[in-house]
Amino acid sequence: MGITRTPTSLTQSEATRGGIGESTLRPDGTLKVTGEFAYSSDLWHEDMLWGYTLRSTVAHATIASIDTGEALATPGVYAVLTYDDLPTEVKHYGLEIRDTPVLAHGKVRHHGEPVALVAADHPETARRAAAKIRVVYEPLPVITDEASATAPDAVLVHDGREDHHIGHVAHPNIVHRQPILRGDADRAAARADVVVSGEYVFGMQDQAFLGPESGLAVPAEDGGVDLYVATQWLHSDLRQIAPVLGLPERKVRMTLSGVGGAFGGREDLSMQIHGCLLALRTGKPVKIVYNRFESFFGHVHRHPARLWYEHGATRDGKLTHVRCRIVLDGGAYASASPAVVGNAASLSIGPYVVDDVDIEALALYTNNPPCGAMRGFGAVQACFAYEAQMDKVAARLGMDPVEFRQINAMEQGTVMPTGQLVDSPAPVAELLRRVKSRPLPPERQWETTEGADVRALPGGLSNTTHGEGVVRGVGYAVGIKNVGFSEGFDDYSTARVRMQVINGEPVATVHTAMAEVGQGGVTVHAQIARSELGVTQVTILPADTRVGSAGSTSASRQTYMTGGAVKNTCEAVREKVFDLGRRKFGTYHPAWATAELLLEGGRVVTDGGEALAEIADVLEDEVVDLELEFRHRPTQAFDLRTGQGNGHVQYSFAAHRAVVEVDTELGLVKVVELACAQDVGKALNPLSVVGQIQGGTTQGLGVAVMEEIVVDPKTALVRNPSFTDYLIPTILDTPTIPVDVLELADEHAPYGLRGVGEAPTLSSTPAVLAAIRQATGLELNRTPVRPEHLTGS
Amino acid sequence: MEFLRPASWQEALAAKAEHPSAVPIAGGTDVMVEINFDHRRPDHLLDLNRIGELEEWETGEDTVRLGASVPYSKIMAGLRRELPGLALASHTVASPQIRNRGGVGGNLGTASPAGDAHPALLAGGAAVEAESVRGSRLIPIDDFYTGVKRNALAPDELIRAVHLKKASGPQQFSKVGTRNAMVIAVCAFGIALHPDTRTVRTGIGSAAPTPVRARTAEEFLAAALDEAGLWESRKAVPPAVAKQFAVLVAAAANPIDDVRGTAAYRRHALGVMARRTLGWTWEQYRGHGSEQGSTSCA
Repeated sequence: MGITRTPTSLTQSEATRGGIGESTLRPDGTLKVTGEFAYSSDLWHEDMLWGYTLRSTVAHATIASIDTGEALATPGVYAVLTYDDLPTEVKHYGLEIRDTPVLAHGKVRHHGEPVALVAADHPETARRAAAKIRVVYEPLPVITDEASATAPDAVLVHDGREDHHIGHVAHPNIVHRQPILRGDADRAAARADVVVSGEYVFGMQDQAFLGPESGLAVPAEDGGVDLYVATQWLHSDLRQIAPVLGLPERKVRMTLSGVGGAFGGREDLSMQIHGCLLALRTGKPVKIVYNRFESFFGHVHRHPARLWYEHGATRDGKLTHVRCRIVLDGGAYASASPAVVGNAASLSIGPYVVDDVDIEALALYTNNPPCGAMRGFGAVQACFAYEAQMDKVAARLGMDPVEFRQINAMEQGTVMPTGQLVDSPAPVAELLRRVKSRPLPPERQWETTEGADVRALPGGLSNTTHGEGVVRGVGYAVGIKNVGFSEGFDDYSTARVRMQVINGEPVATVHTAMAEVGQGGVTVHAQIARSELGVTQVTILPADTRVGSAGSTSASRQTYMTGGAVKNTCEAVREKVFDLGRRKFGTYHPAWATAELLLEGGRVVTDGGEALAEIADVLEDEVVDLELEFRHRPTQAFDLRTGQGNGHVQYSFAAHRAVVEVDTELGLVKVVELACAQDVGKALNPLSVVGQIQGGTTQGLGVAVMEEIVVDPKTALVRNPSFTDYLIPTILDTPTIPVDVLELADEHAPYGLRGVGEAPTLSSTPAVLAAIRQATGLELNRTPVRPEHLTGS
Repeated sequence: MEFLRPASWQEALAAKAEHPSAVPIAGGTDVMVEINFDHRRPDHLLDLNRIGELEEWETGEDTVRLGASVPYSKIMAGLRRELPGLALASHTVASPQIRNRGGVGGNLGTASPAGDAHPALLAGGAAVEAESVRGSRLIPIDDFYTGVKRNALAPDELIRAVHLKKASGPQQFSKVGTRNAMVIAVCAFGIALHPDTRTVRTGIGSAAPTPVRARTAEEFLAAALDEAGLWESRKAVPPAVAKQFAVLVAAAANPIDDVRGTAAYRRHALGVMARRTLGWTWEQYRGHGSEQGSTSCA
């Protein structure tokens, strides 16, 4: 029997314990739960100094003067740096557009922008010294929304833009605009029996990772610096850090330290350059740790958005056309805004077949907090709006909302609004069927023999109802997310794999620069190495920049990309092992030349199961050591006028059914159950897959009913930078989340897998909103829903 | 900052007399947040953790003398029958870890309108036992809150205990937050029926510069119950009475719009909570209904 490596080589893994498809436990799990895991904030170095960042107290102002004299004179202070102290001509950084000053230059553009740095021998000394820096601001008018940003006389957030988007935007306060035109929406609209339109608002969500930004920069004898930091993409950081320091990249050696969550919020730099600058200036190790308050200013947030939609459908429930306009608030700096625009536009109509569309998405420059990457990345905001629209159209047609979605559901072979053919499974209708067919939780589930269990009611322990005013609602939603970096980006990942014999046993060592941010990547890498190399012992080396880039831990891409890279390198290592074996033992057995060979249980075996040699005997003192890059299929940029192009690598789909109890008098919500069905192609670690889906679902719930950074529209100041007032779901807010995992292989992907992490964040929010709408009869065009939206007070 | 660690209550009083600006700290669940956020930088912290008697309570014939540092988790577990309103309020304080540290003395010392204990203390008719080297006094809770985060303590006084009558009737507590646990109050309401005196007392949290009682509502309800002879007959409270009570409670509040909620919502929610908690307590008084929502410890 011939054997292909993908995906039928899965059978091979089953022979080696702890291989792919098994729910092996994460090495960091127990440590994290017991509080022993060392996060980046736990870094320590003898004689280290503490860095502190002075941030702007206003959102938009020119800086008339900065007086650091008194701060510098403070005993214990080693350095105070401002823009004028930056050592090279490169004084800005950015993911795509270098528009972000390392320290404010003559102007601040948002609340909490870094203005000056202090290094001192004690964090409190640094903080107090920073408070003595006198900054004189001269206020400028604040740009806070589309109207103020694009007014003819609007103040420009960035003067003299030279980036590659300025040529195709209508106003310099627009970062990027992506239209998508396909078919003829006007003509299709004429066929519609019903046309439904709506305007929607999505609030600003924060990643709210629990481990605040932190790192330690240690100056090195060669004039370089060693940086230990919690981040999402070491090499992207490196590319931005080195030029500002005036160092070649090889002299900035980065090592990932313990990351306490990311969700997109660590894609942009935080303390990296600041820490290195202070370390190089003082010649001492410098640690910077943000507290929770500062963390709210230390990273970008999810773009708040305004979305206008028009859907048309025929009487028999077929969508005729969609028109939409999505305005994302990018805040003061570009960050990932251009890519978020591309996602929002290309995924704007959801997982449905619509041939005639007129789509526009854009991101603004404003003086609001900068927004960038967050789990779901542009697709989240769109999903909230198009799923609300789908319910509205179904209601107008008198159709069941799930059936209406199923009629229009895309499938393999559907063409996206971008013209891209969906060439792998897209089981949208099936996912909806699965969540719908689950039994509903019992009515009045809070009733017990001893009375009402308030934990099962809206308000929970706050004891606001014992059932009074409580109405149940059920809602559905489904979403589509791209996997991997899109629009022609050269997205690759690198893995180095070494195989050698230690104490008579074959051992594999895997080295990548993948940021383990909690997603479980290191667990999966070991599983892949065990499956591909037939070994039990796998060592995962710490992630650092001594190995090639692994790309970002984002876009649901790491299992696909760095997992794919590990698999790819393991396969090459395996071939080397076979070559060695053939040279040593080939003459003793013809199967070395004729059979398909596998590594299994520490031995070289034929696909017929015959053992040919122990791996240890093949290797002896030889070390096989390879570092290879792995790429997914190339993608294309979207045409700037029509949005056409094969922009995405892979799509992932999840559907939710939300069951909520709403206290209609008090406007409080208890989500009772959030059932999810998702196609993951192949679950390399089923336990991790379910964990990702439950986590993503909960993050979606958060922005449905509580999570929002509130920015004062008059001043652009953040009003709730704390966990007292920026609320994230507790375990009592987290419902039962039954998960139904489908595994329909994508033949283009390693093991047929489909990125998991983001899709569940999309449909969770609109499903909860739909359920609340059903319970209350209210339109609710804004998320998160607050109590006063439900009570009308 | 100096950290004073008196070994006894007398030493603590002496330290407070010597350093009147010293900030007492027990569980630290409020003071440490203030210090960490640099909202407060006192010259002296007065650590009360070595004074074990502050973590004790005494139950007399009719009253409970509750030490200032008795943690909320112990109030929930040990005083549910004697102080049901305060036990319910304690259950809504922050997280289990915080409830193991924080106590009523801290809530009173800070006197934030959002403190969870205040509505229950007001409804229960508490008295605050304050002491200094000059002597001891009982401050009626109605006189205790003097302004936003201000109270009636003299600079040299410390809170030793809170005196509360054992419940002679049903008590309830409700709090609105935008999360189902571990949430600061958008607004809160406490009610206590006192059948022995045929009175009703209430407390409103987070909806005025200080915790306040809804006195007009209390008087209206007491009169309505009396006139209709309901204390004796234990018949249902007429819906019109409950409705008017709710209106008067809402009117007693003086809320603001802030990042946690609107003034209009706060008034509305207080009315709803007043109507519901009156219903629960009265049903219990009539002998129907459960003692309270079953709130097993989470």
